Amino acid sequence: MEILLSSAIGVLTAAGLYLVMRLRTFPVILGTSLLSYAVNVFLFATGRIAINQPPILTDTAQGYADPLPQALVLTAIVISFGMTAVVVIIALGAYLSGNDDHIDDQPGLFHGPVDGEEDGAEMGSDLAHQVPQQEAGR
Amino acid sequence: MSLFLIVALPFIGALMPGLMIAAGRRACALATLWVTLAAFIGLLTHVPTVMAGGIVTARLDWLPGLGLNANFYLDGLGLLFGLMILGIGMLVIIYGRYYLSREDNMGEFYSYLLLFQGAMIGVVLCDNILMLLVFWELTSLSSFLLIGYWKHLPEGRQGARMALTVTGMGGLAMIGGMMMLGQIVGSYDLTVILENREAIQASPLYLPALILILLGCFTKSAQFPFHFWLPHAMAAPTPVSAYLHSATMVKAGIFLMARLWPVLSGTDAWFYIVTTAGLVTMVLGAVIGLFKHDLKALLAFSTVSHLGLITMLLGTGTSYGAMAAVFHIMNHATFKAALFMTAGIVDHEAHTRHIPALGGLRKLMPVTFTIATIAALSMAGIPLLNGFLSKEMMLEEAAHTTLYATPWLVPVLATVGALFSAAYSFRFIVHTFLGPVRDDYPAKPHDPNFGMYFSPALLTVLVVLIGIAPFVAEPLVFAVTEDVLGGILPLPDVHLKIWHGLTPALMMSAIAVVGGLILLAIFAPLSRGWDAAPRPEAKAIFDRVIAACVHAAQGVTRRLHDGSLTRYAAIFGVTVVAVGLHAWTSGSVGPETRALTPVTPIAIAGWLLLVGAALLLVIHHRNRLRALILMGVIGLMVSMGFNFFSAPDLALTQISVEVVTIILMLLALNFLPNTTPVESGGLRRLRDGVIAVAGGLASSSLIYSILMRDFASPSISEYHLANSYKGGGGTNVVNVILVDFRGFDTFGEIIVLGIAALVIYALTETLLSSPVRARLLNRKPDQPRAGDAHPLMMVVMTRVMLPLFLMVGVYIFLRGHNQPGGGFIAGLIVAIAVVVQYMASGFAWADARQRFPYHGIIGAGVLVAGLTGIGAWYAGKPFLTSAFGYFRIPPMEEFELATAMGFDLGVFLAVVGAVMLSLHSFSRLARTADMNVSEHAMDIDPSRPEDDTNGQEA
Repeated sequence: MEILLSSAIGVLTAAGLYLVMRLRTFPVILGTSLLSYAVNVFLFATGRIAINQPPILTDTAQGYADPLPQALVLTAIVISFGMTAVVVIIALGAYLSGNDDHIDDQPGLFHGPVDGEEDGAEMGSDLAHQVPQQEAGR
Repeated sequence: MSLFLIVALPFIGALMPGLMIAAGRRACALATLWVTLAAFIGLLTHVPTVMAGGIVTARLDWLPGLGLNANFYLDGLGLLFGLMILGIGMLVIIYGRYYLSREDNMGEFYSYLLLFQGAMIGVVLCDNILMLLVFWELTSLSSFLLIGYWKHLPEGRQGARMALTVTGMGGLAMIGGMMMLGQIVGSYDLTVILENREAIQASPLYLPALILILLGCFTKSAQFPFHFWLPHAMAAPTPVSAYLHSATMVKAGIFLMARLWPVLSGTDAWFYIVTTAGLVTMVLGAVIGLFKHDLKALLAFSTVSHLGLITMLLGTGTSYGAMAAVFHIMNHATFKAALFMTAGIVDHEAHTRHIPALGGLRKLMPVTFTIATIAALSMAGIPLLNGFLSKEMMLEEAAHTTLYATPWLVPVLATVGALFSAAYSFRFIVHTFLGPVRDDYPAKPHDPNFGMYFSPALLTVLVVLIGIAPFVAEPLVFAVTEDVLGGILPLPDVHLKIWHGLTPALMMSAIAVVGGLILLAIFAPLSRGWDAAPRPEAKAIFDRVIAACVHAAQGVTRRLHDGSLTRYAAIFGVTVVAVGLHAWTSGSVGPETRALTPVTPIAIAGWLLLVGAALLLVIHHRNRLRALILMGVIGLMVSMGFNFFSAPDLALTQISVEVVTIILMLLALNFLPNTTPVESGGLRRLRDGVIAVAGGLASSSLIYSILMRDFASPSISEYHLANSYKGGGGTNVVNVILVDFRGFDTFGEIIVLGIAALVIYALTETLLSSPVRARLLNRKPDQPRAGDAHPLMMVVMTRVMLPLFLMVGVYIFLRGHNQPGGGFIAGLIVAIAVVVQYMASGFAWADARQRFPYHGIIGAGVLVAGLTGIGAWYAGKPFLTSAFGYFRIPPMEEFELATAMGFDLGVFLAVVGAVMLSLHSFSRLARTADMNVSEHAMDIDPSRPEDDTNGQEA
């Protein structure tokens, strides 16, 4: 059982990592969701494996699963929903405003004065390039 | 006065000038003067004790665990420097009052000056090297502010930056050296360190510590090859130069070398490094100084040269050298501060300090001329002035020092240094004041008012007084020298006097003065030759080094931080795996203590589904809808897994979160493209795949080795299991942990969740008030719409189901304390119940029947949870302490009431509000986009008249 659990965590992590390294927002969001599954299960599993021993106090129980990781993970699940929702609205907002769902800065698109003031002068020309690039992207 | 107060006064007083400037410049300068005077008098009260050989201390344990104590002590050395810092400080304040023009912000200037003063006093009085480092850095920072005081001048800004860079780097090196020193001795208290000469010099860390500390000292005191910043710092206003670059800051490095002299000196390393650096600096500074045409630059290089002289004397490691160094520290401060001030006066009156444009000022500015001449002659080493005495001692010491087995090397170089020193001193007098009166000065020069020449005049009086009657200074010099020697060597048996007989030193001195006069006589051709000769320009080299550093830093940054989040993810993944691998291979793992649990067929089936769905997701992630379905499968399997491994609460939470997440993703997918295009090439995908598999293997093996071993030490979970019923009144331990043991955490979590929902709301609002709104309104749906978006069957069903849904929610909520359930899960279930109404009956219809704003529900939840926690205060308990009791209302069974339920209600409300506000915000986008708004629940309603079907799509 330990092997199944740990390999499942490994597969979730690997799939999550792979998707996080994609270039568009949607797969990256899926990737972070997968990673949060992996992390949640990982944390939960640090309580070690217990079957049919829920941490509900009864007089007849043989033993109890570790309640502490469960409590931590419960809130983590709810928080990861909140996080996912925020990331999704950011991705959506970026796509709707820029008509582009790339995760990275696109060459040719203006992305802020990185090298100091010199770049400020080129701002106008960069903006001019932006429109045809977007059309090509669609 | 307590040493604490002496150190604190300038810092506290630094507020005064800024406030007093409103009352005028005079009041501002007076306030500053009073602050310094108070500290000066406080220091004077300790003079009798210190001169009698005593030590004044003030101790305060600040962070004893770190060895950081706010201890101060005052001995002779500290006293000498304290008197210089505060005494010359007062003179500079008086001088600055008349020097600064009306355009300069005097309050700012004096505030910086006092800050600097406090930092310097801290350096010389503190008895803890960690505190010393703090003050040391403070001097660098405050001198940066002072040097760059004229912000409008580019030279000022560049000079300040250069000074900060060089002294700051030295300070960093010194931190390392001081740490090593503290490590060797086992204490960071200076007094303890000073008693451990043998331990320090025997330690293998001695040499690195020495080099690092000397780096700090050399950069601060402008020793070769770090001398170049000092001339550039001359862009500062002259009072700053007179203060920082004659008496105080540049002497901080000297001070530290003198302070640590007992433990660091006497070794070959010390002798060779310090003596050589000092000697080179002395000669180099003197030679360059002679050819500078700017009065202040000339003085700056002469300062460099004299600091080299003192450094060299400290380097020789003899008691006579130490005494000469101490005496010269004192003398240099007096004549050099006076010279800087006269240079400032010339600049102030003639509006130039370019030497070729000056000359003949003797008749126009007789008072200034007198002061400058006396001070400059002292610098040249003319008898009956104090500079002569210490220079004689230096030459005497040099005559007896053998460096690199060449007996003539040091005496000859010292004579050359003294010769050039005499030459530039004479040049300062002759080329500025003597010669014919000119008619092309930029302004009409005349002597300034008394306030401006009072300070240099007073210093010149000291120059003459010590020069004629050296025995006046003798007690102080002896006391200080004794402290520098620290009992390692006995005090030399000599007296300060003018006439020692026909010694070699006198011969060398005579050669220097005569040679200096000759050099001045042939100055014009010499200067032409100097200007023609190629020389390295320090600033250009410095700028190139800085540019290279910036270039290198940008190279690294561009490579790692190029705006590609994908790259960050890859770098982050690889780093974590690599660090983990290192820990794995270098650490030790105990033997496996747990046996494998037997595998059941159901578990294998679940595993297959989960792993299969994950792999399919990776393969099919480009088809986004399919990917979402596979996500649903994975989420479902994860919740089944939680259930299987005895975590019913988690299973319930996961499954309900899964529902809302998928709804949310669907809403988002409505706008996003339906497919992900292929963009990365095969090689890149292979790279990502390798990283991903490495990460997966790493997490897998980590958790496997955890699973196969018991806890290394007993887990605190036992406490929770034992006290859940007794202390929290519930049998569901997970819920009791959430609402009771770790209630504060949960309270924080619901606030975070609420904030996340509000962020989503705010972002939606922003989007809808931007051009995006128009784009959404004109958007054509890219999927065929359902003919009947809100079918009758579904509307009726969901309405029937709503009370049932809510009932389940209440049930889950109420049983939560004892059985799986609770506020989180109940909140999610109720949210789903409401969402279902939106889905079935349409946004407009459902929204019109929603009475409470979701923001309000979040707020109410946080408020209820908080108030429940506060309630505990009224029972005299800490925040969130819960209470419970058992009640019986016939004919019902006995039941339990716990205050934790109130808290759980807060959690419930916050979760409902947060989930609904998020989904509601997303739906608002959709509504703006392509929904025909219908006020009716059903698009097709047989009971409605035929013509009233405005909700239907045409």
